[in-house]
Amino acid sequence: MKKDDVPQDLGALGKITKEVCYVVDDSGNYGTDLSNGWEVKTKALDAAWEDIAERVKSAREKVKKQEASPLLLFMEIKLMDVPIVAAYTGFWKWQVKRHLKPAVFNKLSDRKLQKYADIFEVSVADLKTMKLHEA
Amino acid sequence: MKLNFEHLQAAHCENGVTTSLLRHNGVSKITEPLAFGIGSGLFFVYIPFWKINNGPAIAFRTRPGLIFKRTCKSLGIPVTRKKFSSKEEAAKILDECLQAGIPVGCQVGVYYLTYFPKEYRFHFNAHNIIVFGKEDEQYLISDPVMEEATSLSSYELERVRFAKGPLAPRGQLYYPKDKKDVTDDQIRAAIITGIKRNVRDMIRIPGNIAGVKGIHFMGNRIRKWKDKMGLHQAGLYLAQLVRMQEEIGTGGGGFRFIYGAFLQQAHTYHPIDELMDVSKKFTQSGDLWRAAAVQAAGIYKGRLTSQQDFNIIGDYLAEISELERDAFESLSKIKWG
Repeated sequence: MKKDDVPQDLGALGKITKEVCYVVDDSGNYGTDLSNGWEVKTKALDAAWEDIAERVKSAREKVKKQEASPLLLFMEIKLMDVPIVAAYTGFWKWQVKRHLKPAVFNKLSDRKLQKYADIFEVSVADLKTMKLHEA
Repeated sequence: MKLNFEHLQAAHCENGVTTSLLRHNGVSKITEPLAFGIGSGLFFVYIPFWKINNGPAIAFRTRPGLIFKRTCKSLGIPVTRKKFSSKEEAAKILDECLQAGIPVGCQVGVYYLTYFPKEYRFHFNAHNIIVFGKEDEQYLISDPVMEEATSLSSYELERVRFAKGPLAPRGQLYYPKDKKDVTDDQIRAAIITGIKRNVRDMIRIPGNIAGVKGIHFMGNRIRKWKDKMGLHQAGLYLAQLVRMQEEIGTGGGGFRFIYGAFLQQAHTYHPIDELMDVSKKFTQSGDLWRAAAVQAAGIYKGRLTSQQDFNIIGDYLAEISELERDAFESLSKIKWG
Protein backbone atom coordinates (compact mmCIF):
# COMPACT_ATOMS: atom_id res chain seq x y z
CA MET A 1 0.00 0.00 0.00
CA LYS A 2 1.27 3.45 -0.91
CA LYS A 3 1.31 6.21 1.66
CA ASP A 4 -1.17 8.24 -0.40
CA ASP A 5 -3.61 5.33 -0.53
CA VAL A 6 -4.11 5.02 3.23
CA PRO A 7 -7.89 5.15 3.67
CA GLN A 8 -9.38 7.73 6.01
CA ASP A 9 -13.03 6.66 6.21
CA LEU A 10 -13.99 7.37 9.81
CA GLY A 11 -15.23 4.15 11.44
CA ALA A 12 -16.23 2.98 14.94
CA LEU A 13 -12.62 2.50 15.97
CA GLY A 14 -11.43 5.72 14.35
CA LYS A 15 -13.60 7.70 16.75
CA ILE A 16 -11.57 6.28 19.64
CA THR A 17 -8.15 5.67 18.16
CA LYS A 18 -6.42 5.71 14.81
CA GLU A 19 -4.68 2.52 13.79
CA VAL A 20 -1.19 1.89 12.49
CA CYS A 21 -0.74 0.84 8.86
CA TYR A 22 2.47 -0.18 7.14
CA VAL A 23 2.96 1.74 3.90
CA VAL A 24 5.62 2.45 1.28
CA ASP A 25 6.69 5.95 0.29
CA ASP A 26 7.54 7.11 -3.24
CA SER A 27 10.99 5.56 -3.18
CA GLY A 28 9.58 2.24 -1.98
CA ASN A 29 10.71 2.47 1.64
CA TYR A 30 8.46 1.13 4.36
CA GLY A 31 7.19 3.27 7.20
CA THR A 32 4.02 3.60 9.24
CA ASP A 33 1.01 5.82 8.90
CA LEU A 34 -2.25 6.23 10.81
CA SER A 35 -5.65 5.40 9.40
CA ASN A 36 -9.06 6.52 10.61
CA GLY A 37 -10.75 3.49 9.13
CA TRP A 38 -11.61 1.93 5.79
CA GLU A 39 -15.11 1.76 4.34
CA VAL A 40 -14.53 -1.80 3.10
CA LYS A 41 -14.02 -3.11 6.61
CA THR A 42 -16.58 -0.84 8.26
CA LYS A 43 -19.14 -2.45 5.97
CA ALA A 44 -17.82 -5.90 6.89
CA LEU A 45 -18.32 -5.12 10.57
CA ASP A 46 -21.77 -3.68 9.84
CA ALA A 47 -22.69 -6.91 8.03
CA ALA A 48 -21.66 -8.92 11.10
CA TRP A 49 -23.80 -6.75 13.41
CA GLU A 50 -26.79 -6.84 11.08
CA ASP A 51 -26.55 -10.62 11.19
CA ILE A 52 -26.48 -10.53 14.98
CA ALA A 53 -29.56 -8.29 15.00
CA GLU A 54 -31.33 -10.85 12.80
CA ARG A 55 -30.38 -13.68 15.13
CA VAL A 56 -31.62 -11.73 18.15
CA LYS A 57 -34.90 -11.08 16.40
CA SER A 58 -35.46 -14.69 15.49
CA ALA A 59 -34.44 -15.80 19.01
CA ARG A 60 -37.02 -13.45 20.51
CA GLU A 61 -39.69 -14.97 18.32
CA LYS A 62 -38.69 -18.50 19.22
CA VAL A 63 -38.94 -17.67 22.92
CA LYS A 64 -42.36 -16.11 22.43
CA LYS A 65 -43.52 -19.24 20.64
CA GLN A 66 -42.19 -21.33 23.54
CA GLU A 67 -39.71 -23.04 21.25
CA ALA A 68 -36.79 -21.92 23.39
CA SER A 69 -36.21 -20.49 26.84
CA PRO A 70 -35.23 -16.82 27.36
CA LEU A 71 -31.67 -18.08 27.65
CA LEU A 72 -31.45 -18.21 23.86
CA LEU A 73 -32.31 -14.54 23.49
CA PHE A 74 -29.66 -13.42 25.97
CA MET A 75 -27.08 -15.72 24.43
CA GLU A 76 -27.61 -14.11 21.04
CA ILE A 77 -27.50 -10.62 22.52
CA LYS A 78 -24.25 -11.39 24.33
CA LEU A 79 -22.78 -13.24 21.32
CA MET A 80 -22.35 -16.36 23.43
CA ASP A 81 -22.64 -19.94 22.27
CA VAL A 82 -23.20 -22.97 24.50
CA PRO A 83 -19.49 -23.63 25.25
CA ILE A 84 -18.91 -19.99 26.25
CA VAL A 85 -22.01 -19.90 28.47
CA ALA A 86 -20.93 -23.18 30.06
CA ALA A 87 -17.44 -21.80 30.71
CA TYR A 88 -18.73 -18.62 32.35
CA THR A 89 -21.47 -20.20 34.47
CA GLY A 90 -19.72 -23.41 35.45
CA PHE A 91 -22.61 -25.52 34.16
CA TRP A 92 -21.89 -28.46 31.87
CA LYS A 93 -22.66 -27.97 28.20
CA TRP A 94 -25.45 -30.55 28.32
CA GLN A 95 -27.00 -28.66 31.22
CA VAL A 96 -27.01 -25.41 29.28
CA LYS A 97 -28.59 -27.20 26.33
CA ARG A 98 -31.30 -28.55 28.63
CA HIS A 99 -31.89 -25.11 30.12
CA LEU A 100 -32.64 -23.86 26.62
CA LYS A 101 -35.90 -25.83 26.81
CA PRO A 102 -38.69 -23.68 28.24
CA ALA A 103 -40.11 -26.49 30.41
CA VAL A 104 -36.74 -27.08 32.07
CA PHE A 105 -35.89 -23.39 32.33
CA ASN A 106 -39.16 -22.59 34.10
CA LYS A 107 -38.31 -25.01 36.90
CA LEU A 108 -34.79 -23.72 37.54
CA SER A 109 -33.96 -22.57 41.05
CA ASP A 110 -33.23 -18.90 41.64
CA ARG A 111 -29.67 -19.82 42.51
CA LYS A 112 -29.12 -21.28 39.04
CA LEU A 113 -30.97 -18.43 37.35
CA GLN A 114 -28.75 -15.99 39.22
CA LYS A 115 -25.69 -17.48 37.51
CA TYR A 116 -27.19 -16.74 34.13
CA ALA A 117 -28.40 -13.32 35.23
CA ASP A 118 -24.84 -12.46 36.34
CA ILE A 119 -23.19 -13.23 33.02
CA PHE A 120 -25.93 -11.55 31.01
CA GLU A 121 -25.80 -8.53 33.34
CA VAL A 122 -29.56 -8.50 34.06
CA SER A 123 -31.73 -9.27 37.11
CA VAL A 124 -33.34 -12.69 37.54
CA ALA A 125 -36.77 -11.11 37.05
CA ASP A 126 -35.67 -9.52 33.79
CA LEU A 127 -34.07 -12.75 32.66
CA LYS A 128 -37.41 -14.53 33.04
CA THR A 129 -39.45 -11.81 31.34
CA MET A 130 -36.83 -11.00 28.65
CA LYS A 131 -36.91 -7.36 29.66
CA LEU A 132 -33.93 -5.51 28.36
CA HIS A 133 -32.29 -2.40 29.62
CA GLU A 134 -30.00 -1.71 26.75
CA ALA A 135 -27.09 0.46 27.72
CA MET B 1 2.83 3.70 41.49
CA LYS B 2 3.72 4.27 37.89
CA LEU B 3 6.68 2.57 36.30
CA ASN B 4 9.01 4.41 34.02
CA PHE B 5 7.55 2.92 30.86
CA GLU B 6 6.96 4.35 27.42
CA HIS B 7 3.69 3.54 25.64
CA LEU B 8 4.23 2.56 22.05
CA GLN B 9 1.51 2.18 19.42
CA ALA B 10 1.82 -0.75 17.06
CA ALA B 11 -0.29 -2.34 14.34
CA HIS B 12 -0.61 -5.65 16.13
CA CYS B 13 -1.07 -6.26 19.85
CA GLU B 14 1.37 -9.12 20.35
CA ASN B 15 4.07 -7.48 18.21
CA GLY B 16 3.52 -4.30 20.18
CA VAL B 17 3.75 -5.95 23.58
CA THR B 18 6.85 -7.88 22.51
CA THR B 19 8.52 -4.75 21.14
CA SER B 20 7.65 -2.57 24.15
CA LEU B 21 8.70 -5.11 26.76
CA LEU B 22 11.96 -5.90 24.99
CA ARG B 23 12.79 -2.22 24.58
CA HIS B 24 12.03 -1.66 28.23
CA ASN B 25 14.45 -4.47 28.99
CA GLY B 26 17.26 -2.85 27.07
CA VAL B 27 16.84 -4.33 23.57
CA SER B 28 17.02 -0.89 22.03
CA LYS B 29 17.05 -1.96 18.36
CA ILE B 30 13.89 -4.04 18.31
CA THR B 31 11.02 -2.76 16.14
CA GLU B 32 7.54 -4.11 15.45
CA PRO B 33 8.46 -5.56 12.02
CA LEU B 34 11.60 -7.19 13.46
CA ALA B 35 9.61 -8.75 16.31
CA PHE B 36 7.01 -10.01 13.82
CA GLY B 37 9.57 -11.43 11.38
CA ILE B 38 11.89 -12.96 13.98
CA GLY B 39 8.82 -14.55 15.57
CA SER B 40 7.81 -15.89 12.11
CA GLY B 41 4.41 -14.25 12.49
CA LEU B 42 3.20 -14.53 8.89
CA PHE B 43 0.89 -17.44 8.23
CA PHE B 44 -2.27 -18.51 6.54
CA VAL B 45 -4.72 -21.21 7.47
CA TYR B 46 -8.32 -21.89 6.53
CA ILE B 47 -10.07 -24.66 8.45
CA PRO B 48 -13.10 -25.59 6.36
CA PHE B 49 -15.03 -27.63 8.94
CA TRP B 50 -14.65 -25.12 11.79
CA LYS B 51 -16.74 -22.08 12.54
CA ILE B 52 -15.85 -18.99 14.53
CA ASN B 53 -18.63 -16.51 15.37
CA ASN B 54 -20.86 -18.34 12.86
CA GLY B 55 -18.36 -17.71 10.07
CA PRO B 56 -15.29 -19.32 8.51
CA ALA B 57 -12.16 -20.03 10.58
CA ILE B 58 -9.31 -18.14 8.93
CA ALA B 59 -6.01 -16.89 10.33
CA PHE B 60 -3.39 -14.69 8.71
CA ARG B 61 -0.88 -15.05 11.51
CA THR B 62 0.69 -17.64 13.68
CA ARG B 63 -0.83 -18.94 16.92
CA PRO B 64 -1.22 -16.37 19.73
CA GLY B 65 1.72 -16.29 22.12
CA LEU B 66 4.25 -17.68 19.66
CA ILE B 67 5.61 -14.34 18.43
CA PHE B 68 6.64 -13.29 21.94
CA LYS B 69 8.00 -16.72 22.77
CA ARG B 70 10.01 -17.19 19.57
CA THR B 71 11.36 -13.66 19.38
CA CYS B 72 12.63 -13.74 22.97
CA LYS B 73 14.09 -17.20 22.51
CA SER B 74 15.87 -16.28 19.28
CA LEU B 75 17.41 -13.26 20.96
CA GLY B 76 18.53 -15.34 23.95
CA ILE B 77 16.20 -13.70 26.45
CA PRO B 78 14.59 -15.97 29.04
CA VAL B 79 10.88 -15.45 29.62
CA THR B 80 8.61 -15.83 32.64
CA ARG B 81 5.06 -16.92 31.86
CA LYS B 82 2.40 -17.79 34.42
CA LYS B 83 -1.19 -19.00 34.30
CA PHE B 84 -3.49 -19.00 37.31
CA SER B 85 -6.44 -20.94 38.60
CA SER B 86 -7.14 -18.37 41.32
CA LYS B 87 -8.11 -14.77 40.60
CA GLU B 88 -6.66 -13.61 43.93
CA GLU B 89 -3.32 -15.21 43.18
CA ALA B 90 -3.31 -13.68 39.69
CA ALA B 91 -3.89 -10.20 41.13
CA LYS B 92 -1.29 -10.73 43.86
CA ILE B 93 1.48 -11.81 41.49
CA LEU B 94 0.68 -8.91 39.14
CA ASP B 95 0.94 -6.44 42.04
CA GLU B 96 4.23 -7.99 43.14
CA CYS B 97 5.68 -7.59 39.65
CA LEU B 98 4.64 -3.93 39.56
CA GLN B 99 6.15 -3.42 43.04
CA ALA B 100 9.38 -4.91 41.72
CA GLY B 101 9.31 -2.44 38.83
CA ILE B 102 8.44 -4.95 36.10
CA PRO B 103 5.90 -3.99 33.41
CA VAL B 104 3.91 -7.11 32.61
CA GLY B 105 2.29 -8.46 29.45
CA CYS B 106 -1.20 -9.88 29.98
CA GLN B 107 -3.38 -11.96 27.67
CA VAL B 108 -6.97 -10.71 27.87
CA GLY B 109 -10.39 -11.14 26.27
CA VAL B 110 -11.84 -8.15 24.43
CA TYR B 111 -15.53 -8.77 25.15
CA TYR B 112 -15.47 -6.92 28.47
CA LEU B 113 -12.64 -4.55 27.55
CA THR B 114 -14.32 -1.29 28.50
CA TYR B 115 -12.21 1.16 26.51
CA PHE B 116 -12.80 -0.69 23.21
CA PRO B 117 -15.66 0.48 20.99
CA LYS B 118 -18.73 -1.71 21.44
CA GLU B 119 -18.66 -2.71 17.76
CA TYR B 120 -15.33 -4.45 18.28
CA ARG B 121 -16.19 -6.38 21.41
CA PHE B 122 -16.52 -10.01 20.36
CA HIS B 123 -15.53 -13.06 22.41
CA PHE B 124 -11.93 -12.95 21.27
CA ASN B 125 -9.52 -13.98 24.00
CA ALA B 126 -6.06 -13.53 22.52
CA HIS B 127 -5.60 -9.80 22.89
CA ASN B 128 -2.42 -8.58 24.61
CA ILE B 129 -1.83 -5.55 26.78
CA ILE B 130 0.86 -4.30 29.15
CA VAL B 131 0.15 -3.30 32.76
CA PHE B 132 2.69 -0.71 33.84
CA GLY B 133 1.44 0.72 37.11
CA LYS B 134 -1.35 1.10 39.63
CA GLU B 135 -2.74 4.36 40.96
CA ASP B 136 -5.63 4.22 43.47
CA GLU B 137 -7.17 0.90 42.38
CA GLN B 138 -6.78 1.87 38.69
CA TYR B 139 -4.27 -0.17 36.70
CA LEU B 140 -2.33 1.74 34.07
CA ILE B 141 -2.60 -0.01 30.73
CA SER B 142 -0.57 0.24 27.57
CA ASP B 143 -2.68 -1.32 24.81
CA PRO B 144 -0.51 -1.40 21.68
CA VAL B 145 -3.39 -0.81 19.27
CA MET B 146 -4.40 2.42 21.05
CA GLU B 147 -2.74 5.76 20.39
CA GLU B 148 -2.56 6.63 24.10
CA ALA B 149 -2.08 4.70 27.33
CA THR B 150 -5.30 4.01 29.24
CA SER B 151 -6.48 2.41 32.49
CA LEU B 152 -8.75 -0.28 33.94
CA SER B 153 -10.18 -0.76 37.43
CA SER B 154 -9.13 -3.85 39.41
CA TYR B 155 -12.49 -5.45 38.64
CA GLU B 156 -12.34 -4.65 34.93
CA LEU B 157 -8.82 -6.02 34.64
CA GLU B 158 -9.72 -9.19 36.53
CA ARG B 159 -12.69 -9.71 34.26
CA VAL B 160 -10.71 -9.50 31.03
CA ARG B 161 -7.84 -11.59 32.43
CA PHE B 162 -10.32 -14.31 33.30
CA ALA B 163 -12.44 -14.14 30.15
CA LYS B 164 -13.83 -17.57 29.24
CA GLY B 165 -14.28 -19.55 26.06
CA PRO B 166 -11.80 -20.49 23.31
CA LEU B 167 -8.20 -19.47 24.10
CA ALA B 168 -9.24 -18.46 27.65
CA PRO B 169 -6.31 -16.46 29.05
CA ARG B 170 -6.58 -17.87 32.61
CA GLY B 171 -4.94 -14.76 34.00
CA GLN B 172 -1.86 -15.38 31.93
CA LEU B 173 0.99 -12.92 32.38
CA TYR B 174 4.48 -12.84 30.92
CA TYR B 175 7.62 -10.75 30.82
CA PRO B 176 11.30 -11.03 29.82
CA LYS B 177 13.30 -12.17 32.84
CA ASP B 178 16.55 -10.32 32.28
CA LYS B 179 17.47 -6.76 31.44
CA LYS B 180 20.10 -6.83 28.72
CA ASP B 181 20.82 -5.56 25.27
CA VAL B 182 21.43 -7.90 22.38
CA THR B 183 24.22 -7.63 19.85
CA ASP B 184 23.78 -7.05 16.12
CA ASP B 185 25.10 -10.57 15.57
CA GLN B 186 22.30 -11.97 17.70
CA ILE B 187 19.73 -10.00 15.69
CA ARG B 188 21.34 -11.20 12.45
CA ALA B 189 21.10 -14.83 13.53
CA ALA B 190 17.55 -14.37 14.81
CA ILE B 191 16.46 -12.92 11.45
CA ILE B 192 17.75 -16.01 9.64
CA THR B 193 15.98 -18.34 12.07
CA GLY B 194 12.76 -16.36 11.72
CA ILE B 195 12.79 -16.39 7.93
CA LYS B 196 13.64 -20.10 7.69
CA ARG B 197 10.83 -20.98 10.06
CA ASN B 198 8.41 -18.84 8.06
CA VAL B 199 9.48 -20.57 4.84
CA ARG B 200 8.63 -23.86 6.54
CA ASP B 201 5.22 -22.63 7.73
CA MET B 202 4.19 -21.16 4.39
CA ILE B 203 5.46 -23.63 1.79
CA ARG B 204 6.56 -26.83 3.53
CA ILE B 205 3.59 -27.79 5.69
CA PRO B 206 1.89 -30.90 4.27
CA GLY B 207 -1.82 -30.83 3.47
CA ASN B 208 -3.70 -28.17 1.57
CA ILE B 209 -5.26 -25.92 4.20
CA ALA B 210 -2.17 -24.12 5.57
CA GLY B 211 0.39 -21.80 4.01
CA VAL B 212 0.27 -20.74 0.35
CA LYS B 213 -1.68 -23.90 -0.54
CA GLY B 214 -4.34 -22.88 1.95
CA ILE B 215 -4.81 -19.55 0.15
CA HIS B 216 -5.40 -21.35 -3.14
CA PHE B 217 -7.70 -23.85 -1.44
CA MET B 218 -9.81 -21.13 0.15
CA GLY B 219 -10.04 -19.36 -3.21
CA ASN B 220 -11.56 -22.52 -4.72
CA ARG B 221 -13.97 -22.87 -1.84
CA ILE B 222 -15.11 -19.25 -2.25
CA ARG B 223 -16.05 -19.97 -5.87
CA LYS B 224 -18.57 -22.48 -4.49
CA TRP B 225 -19.90 -20.41 -1.61
CA LYS B 226 -22.72 -18.78 -3.55
CA ASP B 227 -24.25 -22.08 -4.68
CA LYS B 228 -23.56 -23.80 -1.42
CA MET B 229 -24.99 -21.33 1.08
CA GLY B 230 -26.79 -18.65 -0.87
CA LEU B 231 -25.81 -15.07 -1.58
CA HIS B 232 -26.63 -13.63 1.84
CA GLN B 233 -24.69 -16.18 3.88
CA ALA B 234 -21.79 -16.14 1.41
CA GLY B 235 -21.65 -12.36 1.86
CA LEU B 236 -21.40 -12.79 5.63
CA TYR B 237 -18.58 -15.30 5.18
CA LEU B 238 -16.69 -12.86 2.97
CA ALA B 239 -17.24 -10.10 5.52
CA GLN B 240 -15.62 -12.30 8.15
CA LEU B 241 -12.68 -12.99 5.82
CA VAL B 242 -12.17 -9.25 5.31
CA ARG B 243 -12.34 -8.61 9.06
CA MET B 244 -9.70 -11.25 9.79
CA GLN B 245 -7.56 -9.77 7.05
CA GLU B 246 -7.88 -6.05 7.68
CA GLU B 247 -9.12 -5.45 11.20
CA ILE B 248 -7.04 -3.83 13.90
CA GLY B 249 -3.80 -5.61 14.33
CA THR B 250 -2.91 -6.62 10.82
CA GLY B 251 -1.25 -3.41 9.64
CA GLY B 252 -3.30 -3.89 6.46
CA GLY B 253 -3.33 -6.64 3.84
CA GLY B 254 -3.38 -9.51 6.32
CA PHE B 255 0.07 -8.71 7.85
CA ARG B 256 1.73 -8.82 4.40
CA PHE B 257 2.81 -5.17 4.63
CA ILE B 258 4.39 -5.69 8.06
CA TYR B 259 6.31 -8.61 6.60
CA GLY B 260 7.46 -6.45 3.69
CA ALA B 261 8.70 -3.88 6.22
CA PHE B 262 10.48 -6.66 8.13
CA LEU B 263 12.39 -7.78 5.03
CA GLN B 264 13.55 -4.21 4.39
CA GLN B 265 14.78 -3.93 7.98
CA ALA B 266 16.39 -7.36 7.65
CA HIS B 267 18.29 -5.91 4.70
CA THR B 268 20.07 -3.42 6.96
CA TYR B 269 21.47 -6.39 8.92
CA HIS B 270 22.05 -8.66 5.90
CA PRO B 271 22.78 -6.55 2.81
CA ILE B 272 21.45 -9.15 0.37
CA ASP B 273 19.58 -7.78 -2.66
CA GLU B 274 16.98 -10.56 -2.69
CA LEU B 275 15.55 -9.31 0.60
CA MET B 276 14.58 -6.01 -1.03
CA ASP B 277 13.13 -7.78 -4.08
CA VAL B 278 11.08 -10.17 -1.99
CA SER B 279 9.89 -7.26 0.15
CA LYS B 280 8.34 -5.80 -3.01
CA LYS B 281 6.53 -9.07 -3.63
CA PHE B 282 4.90 -8.85 -0.22
CA THR B 283 3.82 -5.29 -0.89
CA GLN B 284 2.29 -6.56 -4.12
CA SER B 285 0.64 -9.45 -2.29
CA GLY B 286 -0.82 -7.15 0.39
CA ASP B 287 -2.21 -4.93 -2.37
CA LEU B 288 -3.83 -7.95 -4.02
CA TRP B 289 -5.36 -9.03 -0.71
CA ARG B 290 -6.85 -5.56 -0.42
CA ALA B 291 -8.13 -5.64 -4.01
CA ALA B 292 -9.83 -8.95 -3.17
CA ALA B 293 -11.35 -7.28 -0.08
CA VAL B 294 -12.78 -4.47 -2.22
CA GLN B 295 -14.33 -7.08 -4.52
CA ALA B 296 -15.72 -8.98 -1.51
CA ALA B 297 -17.18 -5.74 -0.13
CA GLY B 298 -19.11 -5.34 -3.38
CA ILE B 299 -20.78 -8.65 -2.56
CA TYR B 300 -21.63 -8.09 1.10
CA LYS B 301 -22.86 -4.59 0.31
CA GLY B 302 -25.26 -6.17 -2.20
CA ARG B 303 -23.83 -4.38 -5.22
CA LEU B 304 -22.29 -7.50 -6.81
CA THR B 305 -24.36 -10.66 -7.03
CA SER B 306 -23.17 -12.91 -9.87
CA GLN B 307 -21.13 -16.12 -9.78
CA GLN B 308 -18.50 -14.31 -11.84
CA ASP B 309 -18.00 -11.89 -8.91
CA PHE B 310 -17.10 -14.84 -6.68
CA ASN B 311 -14.79 -16.24 -9.34
CA ILE B 312 -12.89 -12.96 -9.40
CA ILE B 313 -12.07 -13.36 -5.69
CA GLY B 314 -10.98 -16.95 -6.37
CA ASP B 315 -8.69 -15.67 -9.13
CA TYR B 316 -7.17 -13.06 -6.82
CA LEU B 317 -6.40 -15.72 -4.22
CA ALA B 318 -4.88 -18.05 -6.80
CA GLU B 319 -2.61 -15.20 -7.91
CA ILE B 320 -1.69 -14.34 -4.30
CA SER B 321 -0.91 -17.97 -3.58
CA GLU B 322 1.52 -18.16 -6.51
CA LEU B 323 3.10 -14.83 -5.66
CA GLU B 324 3.72 -15.79 -2.04
CA ARG B 325 5.00 -19.22 -3.02
CA ASP B 326 7.47 -17.55 -5.30
CA ALA B 327 8.45 -15.08 -2.56
CA PHE B 328 9.10 -17.81 -0.01
CA GLU B 329 10.95 -19.96 -2.55
CA SER B 330 13.28 -16.99 -3.13
CA LEU B 331 13.75 -16.59 0.62
CA SER B 332 14.52 -20.28 1.00
CA LYS B 333 17.30 -20.03 -1.60
CA ILE B 334 19.13 -17.13 0.02
CA LYS B 335 22.77 -17.89 0.85
CA TRP B 336 23.19 -16.24 4.22
CA GLY B 337 26.98 -16.51 4.22
